[in-house]
Amino acid sequence: MSKALPSLLLAFFFLASAFPALAESTRVGNLVIETPWARASIGMSRPAAAYVTIRNEGQTADILTGIETTVSAMPEVHRMEIKDGVSTMGPVGPLEIPANGSVTLAPGGLHVMLMKLQQPLTKGGQFSMTLIFKNAGRVDVSVPIYSVGASGPEQ
Amino acid sequence: MKTIHLILWGAVAVGLILFLWLNIFQDASHLIEDGTSQNTATTFTPTFSLTDHQGNVVTEKTYRGKWLLVFFGFTNCPDICPTTLADLASVMEQLGADAKAIKPLFISVDPDRDQMETMAQYVSAFHPAIVGLTGTGSQITETAESFKAYFEKQPQESAPDGYIMGHTSAVYLISPDGAFIRTYSYGMSPEEIVADLEQKL
Repeated sequence: MSKALPSLLLAFFFLASAFPALAESTRVGNLVIETPWARASIGMSRPAAAYVTIRNEGQTADILTGIETTVSAMPEVHRMEIKDGVSTMGPVGPLEIPANGSVTLAPGGLHVMLMKLQQPLTKGGQFSMTLIFKNAGRVDVSVPIYSVGASGPEQ
Repeated sequence: MKTIHLILWGAVAVGLILFLWLNIFQDASHLIEDGTSQNTATTFTPTFSLTDHQGNVVTEKTYRGKWLLVFFGFTNCPDICPTTLADLASVMEQLGADAKAIKPLFISVDPDRDQMETMAQYVSAFHPAIVGLTGTGSQITETAESFKAYFEKQPQESAPDGYIMGHTSAVYLISPDGAFIRTYSYGMSPEEIVADLEQKL
């Protein structure tokens, strides 16, 4: 058994390192929705952003076709891009989640742009968001709200 | 015993792959952004006349004696602007006592929507040291030209009010005597910016 110890420790280390990111996940069919989070909004007059990772463990691609949430009358997936040092942003439309792949929405790239806020997003709170997939259907996730300056999920 | 070993090493392999994948994946955007790094040797002294978020008329001379970290953006921007302002807040926190020598300026490229009160509400959400600057359309245009910064109103059907602002994404470093020193491209970590600033202070 002593020979097993190094591999056991290594296994524990790598799995433990890998798992925090998988902690808050929702599974529907072959899709795993991981660590949704949002930044607190500053009032209601400007759009807020939410982030999430979508992992597809299946053999066929799925497509995120829409998003619904009571906190925003117009939630859309947008992409921030920097070209020649200039940042622009726009809707991406249907978003493919490749087979055996994943798509991460994170600051500096893809985000759920929550336009026409119906209520302020307050730090410490959470809201419900429904991701609508072509194959997997509707997936409800609970989105915790972190500080306005959060750059990732906070513990 | 052999089976247990195989299973454990299998778990190591899976864990290692997950570990590497998560780390590399999370770093990927950073690597892409490095391509936009704009460090230029050209020296110039930006000038401006704007209104701060407390209603004071300010110019580049107002801030002489301080190192300036200048970022162009707009408050309807939900992703890069909060990210950059949060990074600047983190830079100020990490600098500790040295932060007194630094003044972060957030200049709106969307003066139609970003009036003084809006700017006050926005910048104060990130850090008390950050100053929000806005002005008339021509003042903003002149400021951007002076910084060799770019911005553009882009029609976009789904955006609030039907437009977004494209804008230079880098943060400018200006010396205490007003000279342009360098830019920090988007994606540089607060730690990297702090390390660079501490060499200069």
